[in-house]
Amino acid sequence: MVASTSSKLISVTLRVWRQEGPAAEGRFVEYKAANLNPNMSLLEMLDVVNDDLERRGEDPIAFAHDCREGICGTCSLMIDGKPHGPHRGVASCQTYMRSFEDGAVITLEPFRARPFPVQKDLICDRSAFDRIQQAGGFITARAGSACDANAIPVPKGAADLAMDAAQCIGCGACVAACKNSSAMLFVAAKVSHLGLLPQGQAERDRRVLGMVSTMDEAGFGNCSNQYECSAACPKLISHDFIARMNRDYLAASVRSVFQAESQAAGGGA
Amino acid sequence: MANLDSRIPPGPLADKWRKHKADIKLVNPANKRKYEVIVVGAGLAGSSAASSLADMGYRVKSIVFHDSPRRAHSIAAQGGINAAKNYQNDGDSVHRLFYDTIKGGDYRAREANVHRLAEVSVNIIDQCVAQGVPFAREYGGLLANRSFGGAQVSRTFYARGQTGQQLLLGAYSALSRTVGQGLVELITQHEMVDLVVVDGHAKGVITRDLVTGQLHRHAADAVILATGGYGNVFNLSTYARGSNTTAIWRAYKRGACFGNPCYTQIHPTCIPVSGDYQSKLTLMSESLRNDGRIWVPKRKEDCGKDPNTIPDEDRDYFLERIYPSFGNLAPRDVSSRAAKRMCDEGRGVGETGLGVYLDFSHAIKRLGEAGVRERYGNLFDIYHEITNENAYRTPMRIYPAVHYTMGGLWVDYNLMSNVPGLFVLGEANFSDHGANRLGASALMQGLADGYFVIPYTIGDYLAGQKPGSRPSTDAPAFRQAEENVASQVARLLGAKGREPVNHYHRRLGQLMWTHCGMARTRAGLEQAIQEIGALREEFWRNVSVPGSAGSLNQALERAGRVADFIELGELMCRDALTREESCGGHFREEHQYPDGECKRDDTNFAHVAAWEFQGEGKVPLRNVEPLHYEAVKMSVRSYK
Repeated sequence: MVASTSSKLISVTLRVWRQEGPAAEGRFVEYKAANLNPNMSLLEMLDVVNDDLERRGEDPIAFAHDCREGICGTCSLMIDGKPHGPHRGVASCQTYMRSFEDGAVITLEPFRARPFPVQKDLICDRSAFDRIQQAGGFITARAGSACDANAIPVPKGAADLAMDAAQCIGCGACVAACKNSSAMLFVAAKVSHLGLLPQGQAERDRRVLGMVSTMDEAGFGNCSNQYECSAACPKLISHDFIARMNRDYLAASVRSVFQAESQAAGGGA
Repeated sequence: MANLDSRIPPGPLADKWRKHKADIKLVNPANKRKYEVIVVGAGLAGSSAASSLADMGYRVKSIVFHDSPRRAHSIAAQGGINAAKNYQNDGDSVHRLFYDTIKGGDYRAREANVHRLAEVSVNIIDQCVAQGVPFAREYGGLLANRSFGGAQVSRTFYARGQTGQQLLLGAYSALSRTVGQGLVELITQHEMVDLVVVDGHAKGVITRDLVTGQLHRHAADAVILATGGYGNVFNLSTYARGSNTTAIWRAYKRGACFGNPCYTQIHPTCIPVSGDYQSKLTLMSESLRNDGRIWVPKRKEDCGKDPNTIPDEDRDYFLERIYPSFGNLAPRDVSSRAAKRMCDEGRGVGETGLGVYLDFSHAIKRLGEAGVRERYGNLFDIYHEITNENAYRTPMRIYPAVHYTMGGLWVDYNLMSNVPGLFVLGEANFSDHGANRLGASALMQGLADGYFVIPYTIGDYLAGQKPGSRPSTDAPAFRQAEENVASQVARLLGAKGREPVNHYHRRLGQLMWTHCGMARTRAGLEQAIQEIGALREEFWRNVSVPGSAGSLNQALERAGRVADFIELGELMCRDALTREESCGGHFREEHQYPDGECKRDDTNFAHVAAWEFQGEGKVPLRNVEPLHYEAVKMSVRSYK
C-alpha cells in the first residue's frame, strides 16, 4: 500500500459529544487530529483518533458505522450541526476530510431526537423505525404464494417513482434535521413506495393508518412544511411523498369510518 | 473423522429436488408451534428464512448484531439477481443457468445443489415482485433485464444500482410483518458468541448484548446461521466494517466442518486503494462492464498521461483482446487476474500503478450522457464522492478487491452442517458457487436458501426431534459455553498491551493479501502460516482493549472478531497450501498454463476440503467430499 503523496496534509480539532450511557450526563471533549490525508473519510479519521486512544488505554469514541458506502444507514453523525455533514445527498461515511479547511474545528454529535435516545457517545437507538415498519411497512406475500412476476405489468413511471421512494436507507437524518423531530419523510417514503405499486393496494389503507399511528406513539412530531428533512436526506428523497402520504392517510381515515365490514365469523368446514 | 454424507437424493439431476420435496418428512401444523428455531443474521438468507419459517408456524427467534435487520450487508449488493426466466427470449433455461454456474465455479460445486438453485431462481423473482420490490421495468410495464459477467444471456433483474438494497428491504418487510404479528422474536444488537451443542446436536447459542455487555443463553430445537462471508480477514475489502466470521468460526470450533476456506472472490471493478489509513474498498458494480471498456496503455511510458490524450490505437483493451467471445464480461476471477497481470507488467495506472481504466466514452457516444446516467448514475456519484473525479469526463480507475467468500461451513443437500440441527444459509455456507461465484448469483443464493430451501428441509430434521424436547438453558452445555465466552472476554480486556485491535487487523490483512490473495505460492503460504502464528501470539499478549465487559464497548467487539479472523486466516492458508491446483479464485502460481490461466487437477482435487477442528494449537483435520459430475462434463474453462 502506498500513501497518497499529492495532497497536502491537514490538521483539525474535534469537539466530540462523549456520554458513557443512556442515563449518564454528556459533555463535549476536544481531540486533535493531525497530518490527515484529505482523501481520508471522516470515519477513517475517527478510526485513527480511536487507535491513538486505544493505544493509550483510553475509551475510544463510540460511533455507529458499517458499510461505509452510504447504503446501510448505520452512520448517524451531526457534523457541525448538520445531519451527515456539509454535503447534500451523502451519508456521514461519505464525508471526506477534503471538505474541511486545515485548522478547522469540527463538532460531532449524535442525531438528537427524543425517540432516538443516546446509547453511548455518538450512537443513538433508532429501533422506533423498526416498530413503524412492523406496523404496516410491507405487502403480505408468503413465500410460495406468488404469481408469475410478469403477470402484473407495472407502468415504468410508477415503478421509477416507487424506486425513488424505496431508496430510503432508514438512517434518521430526516428526524435529526427537523425541529419537530418528525419522521414523516421516512414513513412517507415507505407508504409511497408500496402504495404506488399495484401489489400494494390491498393493504394500502391499513398500512398508512398503522404506520402513522405507530409513528405518533413513538413520540415523533408533526410536519410543519419546512422540508429540512429532504435537504438532509442522503438519498434526497422528495418531500412530495409527505403530501402523498397525507392524502393517503386522509382517504384511509374517511374510508375506515364508512367502509362496511363483514360481520361473519371465521370457521367453516 | 467427520461424517460428510451429502445426502444428495437419487435419480436424474432435474428430478432430484422435486422428488426430495415429495419424500421429505413433514411436521404437522399443530406441532410446528412447539418447535423453536433460532436464526442468526438477517441479511437476505436470514430474513427470508425467519419470515418463511414463521409463516409456516414455527416459533422463530431472529438474532442480529446490527441495530436493525435492515443494516445487513446484503444491502450493499449493487448489480442484480439472476433468474432463468427467459423473459428476453434469448434461449435461457434452468439448464443454462445451472451450467453457467457450475462452469463459472470451475467445476468445484455440487451439481445437485446448483441445479436446485437454478430451478428456484424463477420463484425468487415472483416472490420479490409480489412483495413490492421495485425492479427496473420496460415501458410496457414488464420486467427489464441486463447481462452480467460469465453469461451470454440477459437474465439479470435489477433495481438501478441498488438491487441488494431493494431485495433486502423486501425480505426485511416480510420479517417486519412477522415480528409485528408476534410470530418472530427480533433481538437486535446481540452478537452470537458461541454455539451450544447438546448430545451432538446444535441446541442453542450464547449471545452478548452489545449495549449492556450481558451474556444471554438461548435454547432452540434447531439453529440457523445466516451470518455472511468472512472477506474481512483481508482487512481491506468491499465488505461492511462489521462483517465478521465469529458466528461460523465459533460453530467450527464446536465441530462444524469448514468447507473450502481458501475460495475467495476478488472482484475486478473496485476503486483502488489510496492510503494506509483506509478502512474499506468500494465496489463499482460489475454491471458497469456491460457498457464500460477496460483498458491500460499499450506502452508503459503512457501510464502517467491524461487518459483522454491517449488515442485508441495506443490503448490495450486487454479483456477484449484476450477473451474475444466474452470480452469485458469475462468472469470475475479471470478479469481480476488479467488486470493484475497488466499491472505486474508495469502498465497499471494511477498514483500507485495498481489500477486499470474503465472507460465510458464509447457508451456516452452511443447512449448519450443521459442514457449512461439513467443506467449507472448512482455508481458514477459514488465514484465522484470517493475520488473527487467525474467519470463522465475521464475514465474510472479500478482495481480488484476482496468481495466474497465462496467457502464457508460445510452443509449437506438439506443445508445442514455435519452437526445435526445446525443449518447454514447464504454466503456463510460453502455450497453453490464452487471456486468462483458469478455476478448476480449471491443474491439469488441467499433468497433461494431462505425462501425456498430451508422451509422444506428443516422439517426433515425437526420431524425426528420430539416436540418440546429442547434442553433448558440451565443445562451444563449452556453454562460451559457461557463460561468459555466470559473467559475469552476477560483475557482480551486483561491483556492491557500497547497496540490497538486495528493494528493487528491491518497486519493480518497485509499478510493474507500478499500470500493468500490473487496469486498464491507454496513458499508464500508456508511463510504466512508461520507469521500468522506469531501474530496470534503477539495479539493475545500485546493488544490493548480499553473499557469494561459490562458496557457498549466497540473495541471489545472488534477484538473478539479479529481474534477469530487470525485463526481463520491460518486455516485459509492451510487450505490453499494443500490444494495443489489452480481453480476459480484459487490461483497457485505453480499450477498454470503458459498463458497464465488456471490449471485444475481433476484427478486429485475434484473434491470439497472440509476442515475439522481438532483442538487449540492442533493442526485441523482435512476431510474430503468427492464431487461427481453426471450432467456436465468437466472441461478446461474457456472464455476465449
